[in-house]
Amino acid sequence: MSARNWEVVIGIETHAQLSTQSKIFSGSSTAFGAQPNVQASAVDLALPGVLPVLNRGAVECAIKFGLSIGAEVAAKSVFARKNYFYPDLPKGYQISQFELPVVVGGGVRIQVGQGDKAYEKVVRLTRAHLEEDAGKSLHEDFHGKSGIDLNRAGTPLLEIVTEPDMCSSAEAVAYAKALHALVRWIGICDGNMQEGSFRCDANVSVRRPGEPLGTRREIKNLNSFRFLQQAIDYEIQWQIDTLEDGGKIQQATVLFDPDSGETRVMRTKEDAHDYRYFPDPDLLPLVISREWVERTKATLPELPEAKRQRFMEQLGLSAYDATALTASLEVADYFDAVVTAAGAANAKSAANWVMGELSARLNKEDKDIAASPVSAAQLAGLIARIADNTISNNIAKKVFEALWNGDGASADEVIEKQGLKQITDTGAIEKLVDEVLAANAANVAEYKAGKEKAFNALVGQVMKAAKGKANPQQVNDLLKAKLGG
Amino acid sequence: MLNSSLKELAQALAGKKISSVELTQLYLDRINRLNPAINAYVSTQPERSLAQAKAADARLAAGDAGPLTGIPLAQKDIFCAEGWLTTCGSKMLANFVSPYDATVIQKFDAAGAVNLGKTNMDEFAMGSSNETSFFGPVKNPWDQSRVPGGSSGGSAAAVAARLAPAATGTDTGGSIRQPAALCNLTGLKPTYGVVSRWGMIAFASSLDQAGPMARSAEDCGLLLNAMAGFDPKDSTSLERPVEDYTRELNAPAAAKPLAGLKIGLPKEFFGEGCDAAVMAAIQAAIEQYKALGAEMVEVSLPNMKLSVPAYYVIAPAEASSNLSRFDGVRYGYRAPEYDSLDDMYAKSRAQGFGAEVKRRILIGTYVLSHGYYDAYYLQAQRIRRLIAEDFVAAFKQCDVILGPTSPSTAFKLGDKAGDPVQMYLSDIYTIAVNLAGLPGMSLPCGFAEGLPVGLQLIGNYFDEARLLNVAHRYQQVTDWHGRAPAGLE
Repeated sequence: MSARNWEVVIGIETHAQLSTQSKIFSGSSTAFGAQPNVQASAVDLALPGVLPVLNRGAVECAIKFGLSIGAEVAAKSVFARKNYFYPDLPKGYQISQFELPVVVGGGVRIQVGQGDKAYEKVVRLTRAHLEEDAGKSLHEDFHGKSGIDLNRAGTPLLEIVTEPDMCSSAEAVAYAKALHALVRWIGICDGNMQEGSFRCDANVSVRRPGEPLGTRREIKNLNSFRFLQQAIDYEIQWQIDTLEDGGKIQQATVLFDPDSGETRVMRTKEDAHDYRYFPDPDLLPLVISREWVERTKATLPELPEAKRQRFMEQLGLSAYDATALTASLEVADYFDAVVTAAGAANAKSAANWVMGELSARLNKEDKDIAASPVSAAQLAGLIARIADNTISNNIAKKVFEALWNGDGASADEVIEKQGLKQITDTGAIEKLVDEVLAANAANVAEYKAGKEKAFNALVGQVMKAAKGKANPQQVNDLLKAKLGG
Repeated sequence: MLNSSLKELAQALAGKKISSVELTQLYLDRINRLNPAINAYVSTQPERSLAQAKAADARLAAGDAGPLTGIPLAQKDIFCAEGWLTTCGSKMLANFVSPYDATVIQKFDAAGAVNLGKTNMDEFAMGSSNETSFFGPVKNPWDQSRVPGGSSGGSAAAVAARLAPAATGTDTGGSIRQPAALCNLTGLKPTYGVVSRWGMIAFASSLDQAGPMARSAEDCGLLLNAMAGFDPKDSTSLERPVEDYTRELNAPAAAKPLAGLKIGLPKEFFGEGCDAAVMAAIQAAIEQYKALGAEMVEVSLPNMKLSVPAYYVIAPAEASSNLSRFDGVRYGYRAPEYDSLDDMYAKSRAQGFGAEVKRRILIGTYVLSHGYYDAYYLQAQRIRRLIAEDFVAAFKQCDVILGPTSPSTAFKLGDKAGDPVQMYLSDIYTIAVNLAGLPGMSLPCGFAEGLPVGLQLIGNYFDEARLLNVAHRYQQVTDWHGRAPAGLE
């Protein structure tokens, strides 16, 4: 049997480190990469007698997130203690939220696949809650002992939990990418996956169509989209194989090993912790007023969904283009800047350039759009010259290349310097056409005998003679007129 | 000098009758001589104390002195003090020198008070007799075969034995009031949130509150003025205008200074379970209050009988989590030998904690466990609300509530040490006050067979100034609080 007879159910929990200057319950810095334990205060070390004080900035990040996914920002939420012993958990409990989280509900729109198979879907969120990160245990270089670095202890996290709404690794990755773009878009997380700022846990189960949910296994701490996809694919296949071999799935937490491409069990339900959650008596309930929410709303940039709608309704872009151009704030801002300079009438052309030539070039050189050598203003200038027939699309690629390499400050300068201005003088083009027709009698004869291809060859000859600068439409029209006449 | 009030000491210091260095030395000498028998202090640092005294003398000379400048005080060893051993009465922290100051310590430093030393206490403040301390039991100065009460037993014994003019304590279920009662002191547990908990090692965070232990209500007021105040480092500390807690004490003495005051007598405080000799002293105090002009009203706290069971769910639950940080990883005791991480945790905690602490960690872990949380923890929280509502209802009928502090006078060392439930019941009159977060105090009201009896006064929220005045007016016409134990020279 094959995977076709199985349904896959995936839910994702994401830990996003919030971009606050200081920790969630202490004044220590959250900067990454400092010497071990230099960013650990008395509170982070859990010295006797210390107390937590909530960082207002972390709450604002949560409010922004709630607003950006259409969720309810809870008027009252409660911090709870999650109790367990681990050396990098200094208090012996993590301050988190349990029964009453700060964000409830909401959803994230995802775009899955490409071309004809592309489809959209909304992944519903269960909740998002604030909590503190643990420190790090270092097991190397300590001669059989472990070292503890508490710099990360107390870094604010937003744990974002979905409903079990995804049914393939492609959907899971699309969700993770959309969420990643969103948290960066609203400026609450730097999204740096190598440094652990954005990490995903995937809950995976399989079932026969129509049957109740299967037993799930949770893959912990996936810190790249590729690992997320590989781990889920492996896990799905493993679960199907196990069940088809007559085995049973045990609820478990597993780790993905990128080297072997396999998942392995970390702990099963039997040795799961009883975290003994209870409300933290050191912290009062978190009360968020309507007014605080409104004030925070005013600081949000235009959200991806609103931008997407605007691109479709005001600029006439397709849903596919609008989604692609709102995949990140940087891309959307760049596109917006091009359209502002080139005019809304050129929006489709701008979209093609940003998603086509520019995106390909950025990918090739592994550059971020914010660091693009061709600025939005330069690209707008280029598009304007296509629109007014100064240059053809083909010549435009040359101009783009020159701008990319810094051979000119603007499209106009490049066109002028390299003499790329399109020939639109009918007399000049007619002269070229006549010369080509005279020199290519064979092609003319073939065309007249009904071979359409011969026409294209003649167009090519004219363009060649014009060094690519003749207006293609005029060339076409003139050739047709002369051959037909 | 040893029987002087804080006000008299301040006057003597201001009038240059004695310097702070001399006064501090007087107490240090006395501690040297008497502490080996009483065991009230677990650590002193004479050089540090004298350096503080010298600085206080400079402030006095410069005319920059406040009411506590130059006055030596004993600090319960639950408060972190930079450069001081801060043990909380436990082997777990026997080697812990705090790198920072509790807010209470900081405030006394700023006031120019001198830290005489850290006082003994029940381990992590869990106990009512001071017998659970890793550093050995404290002896009651009134009868050294008896307990001083707990958990602030060291502070109580220190002040009673004149080893300090006054001290700090903390009260989670009666730990200021009960030892004050057993040692003939005046002690005040303020409204929850009035004194910062920053740097005070947590036992049960939602119940813990620091307060003064002294020989009079007036002294308590002066100390509370220094201790109280909003602290941004404690999220449960309350932002309120600064007040002078002694403001009502200086009104001129009238024939009936408490005329118009309604004192509530909860019938639950006057039923069975209290020693007759204690009750006789309480009844005499009621008569005294009538003579001062107060009117007695009967009130009821119907859910008070549930306070001990509710407390012994909530306090251990919080404690089991609060004490998780003592894991041998970063500071404190670590077992010398272990063969894995889990073994290190288990052995360090098994060896570092005493029996009572372990008992409460076990209870707390149990009541928070999956499947038991609703039946125990949530139910106890409901009872807690009911108890608070009882007090709110009672305070519609009266201004303060009066009753005994402890059902008995000081008991013999070892008498209850083997019977936790009997020990827990010695806080039967005090625990409800913590559950409700109200201010409460204990003041001396007589003796039974030579042992002090404590009278408890409970106030409405933030009514510390009135509470202190009600105690002060009684102390103006009685001399119980002025009596000192004999034979301590």
